[in-house]
Amino acid sequence: MDIHEYQAKELLAQHGVPIPRGKVAYTPDEAIHAANTLGGELWAVKAQIHAGGRGKAGGVKLCKTAEEVGATAESLLGNTLVTHQTGPDGKIVQRLYIEAAEPFDREIYLGFVLDRKAQRIRIMVSGQGGMEIEEIVKTHPDAVLQIEVEPAVGLQPFQARQLAFGLGGLNIKQVHQFVTVALGCYRAFRTLDASMTEINPLVVTRAGAIMALDAKMSFDDNALFRHPELHEMHDPAQEDPREAQAHLHGLNYVGLTGDIGCIINGAGLAMATMDMIKYAGGEPANFLDVGGGASPERVAEAFRLVLSDKNVKAILVNIFAGINRCDWVAQGVIQAARDLKVPLVVRLAGTNVEAGQAIIRDSGLPIITADTLADAAQKAVAAAHGKTA
Amino acid sequence: MSILIDENTRVIVQGFTGDKATFHATEMIQYGTNVVGGVTPGKGGMKHLDRPVFDTVRQAVEQTGAEASLAFVPPPFAADALMEAADAGLKLICIITDGIPAQDMMRVKRYLLRYPKESRTMIVGPNCAGIISAGRAMLGIMPGHIYRRGNVGIVSRSGTLGYEAAAQMTDLGIGVSTSVGIGGDPINGSSFLDHMALFEQDPETHAVVMIGEIGGPQEAEASRWIKENMTKPVVGYVAGLTAPKGRRMGHAGAIISGEGDTAGEKAEIMKSYGLFVAPSASELGSTVAQALATL
Repeated sequence: MDIHEYQAKELLAQHGVPIPRGKVAYTPDEAIHAANTLGGELWAVKAQIHAGGRGKAGGVKLCKTAEEVGATAESLLGNTLVTHQTGPDGKIVQRLYIEAAEPFDREIYLGFVLDRKAQRIRIMVSGQGGMEIEEIVKTHPDAVLQIEVEPAVGLQPFQARQLAFGLGGLNIKQVHQFVTVALGCYRAFRTLDASMTEINPLVVTRAGAIMALDAKMSFDDNALFRHPELHEMHDPAQEDPREAQAHLHGLNYVGLTGDIGCIINGAGLAMATMDMIKYAGGEPANFLDVGGGASPERVAEAFRLVLSDKNVKAILVNIFAGINRCDWVAQGVIQAARDLKVPLVVRLAGTNVEAGQAIIRDSGLPIITADTLADAAQKAVAAAHGKTA
Repeated sequence: MSILIDENTRVIVQGFTGDKATFHATEMIQYGTNVVGGVTPGKGGMKHLDRPVFDTVRQAVEQTGAEASLAFVPPPFAADALMEAADAGLKLICIITDGIPAQDMMRVKRYLLRYPKESRTMIVGPNCAGIISAGRAMLGIMPGHIYRRGNVGIVSRSGTLGYEAAAQMTDLGIGVSTSVGIGGDPINGSSFLDHMALFEQDPETHAVVMIGEIGGPQEAEASRWIKENMTKPVVGYVAGLTAPKGRRMGHAGAIISGEGDTAGEKAEIMKSYGLFVAPSASELGSTVAQALATL
């Protein structure tokens, strides 16, 4: 689960990370009020979306008057922001964060991530903070300092000092502040089951203090059960509505741009089937993993989701039953297929396959059956193109 | 021979008395697995499926000589169950549970380091279909009847794609020594490489199929090891050639992902290290046949 910048800052501040003063605004009036309450002469108006790259996309603007804050808020709110991380559809801006702008002399990158390879939390810093960190990694890998944290004892101050001194140019007071920030981020990462935390940039202000000017946090969905405090930070407006709907039913759905709807059990088989569709000359409309225990209700919900995409010209169901039983899945399929307006290709394999195939055959419905993966993909592509394979 | 389990391996089931565990334990027993008991805290002393139930894994090990466990424990309690099994000295734990917090698995992996490498518990999973030594024993939830006994090892991140490979092989008359599902979670108990090393040492296994997915460094790491150490032919496949690049937040993930994260890159890496790469998932069986023909 992703959260907004202002929420991440709130959580990090609770763990001792210094942040600029700021307020959330949902309307231009609230934005003006926020600027007046915060005081000062310069404000940053920041679109709150679940993606990076906002600055370049025009989602962060500096304003010199409260009126300017209001006008900027007017132009951002309700509109969609497309950045290099949002995909072409962009993300809707419904909230703004108004901050007292803090003049700074230096930008640092500070990132925390769960490293699959090391199976530990990895911390990365670079003295060349700002927007192009991925480029820096490619062109100057030495400019990024990295450490792994031993999980049994956690991040130690000496490790944070190594990073701070490695960055260079920080006085001892700033080194200590950096250590506080790093330890605070680490504690937040561990106690909240984060999967990613990033401060980019962490700045040295003109007054010489270390401060988080931006913050991003993502959390492990599997651990949300033990963090009720994070549930209220969930913002469904930032999610694809179909993916959110799928999630509610225990399905895993990702919308794509093709015309062959896919209903498959298991993420690996789903990806392999999509690859087969492409191999056969078609384009999948979605990824959909119905998971284990595909009850008729779940199968019906899967059909509803797939058909909510108006581009779908054919549906391919591919179930290799282990925990699932083919007869059980077949019952769900024929119920869902009764009023179907597009061709349906079904391939069943595994537990109780004969019973499952018999149910499909005896249903009298115009369902195209397939025995193998290749056969299923070819028939689905032919059906979507209005031919018979 | 086979790897990890055979018909003599003494197996317990953690979370034994739950519905799912009962269903799958029954299937495992029918398949010929030597299930000697189970653990459900608070139900010690009971009998379930004609086998004794214990309160702790330690008691189960002391009284049955159990060597391996299949864990059906809900996500909040899974890490605890894994550490309990390791502490009781089990050689192998297979954990089916889906949805375990990644940082819990990180702690479990760290906990295992307290034991010397020779006696360290092997964890298979989580979020996997389990292990089957065809015709001998099953520690998992797979449809046992699709596996024919033979000389090809399978190691797969995806459960259903592992079934697909086994079914295609069976259709071609090719059998399986052992099939291992390592699971799709970011942090797994054991990796492709761990099992590849066991297959290399197993005299009954003549070739191995490695079925990967997008994301993570494991396929590349195992491929390099195969080039340097493996004498048996290996067939590789990576699902997700057409998967869209994930939407993401920030850069931290991209910075560490580096080498070979996409399916296309992984397939290229496999080729460069001399693996037989199946061009599509429907050619898994035929590619295995090609690999076997070189022996």
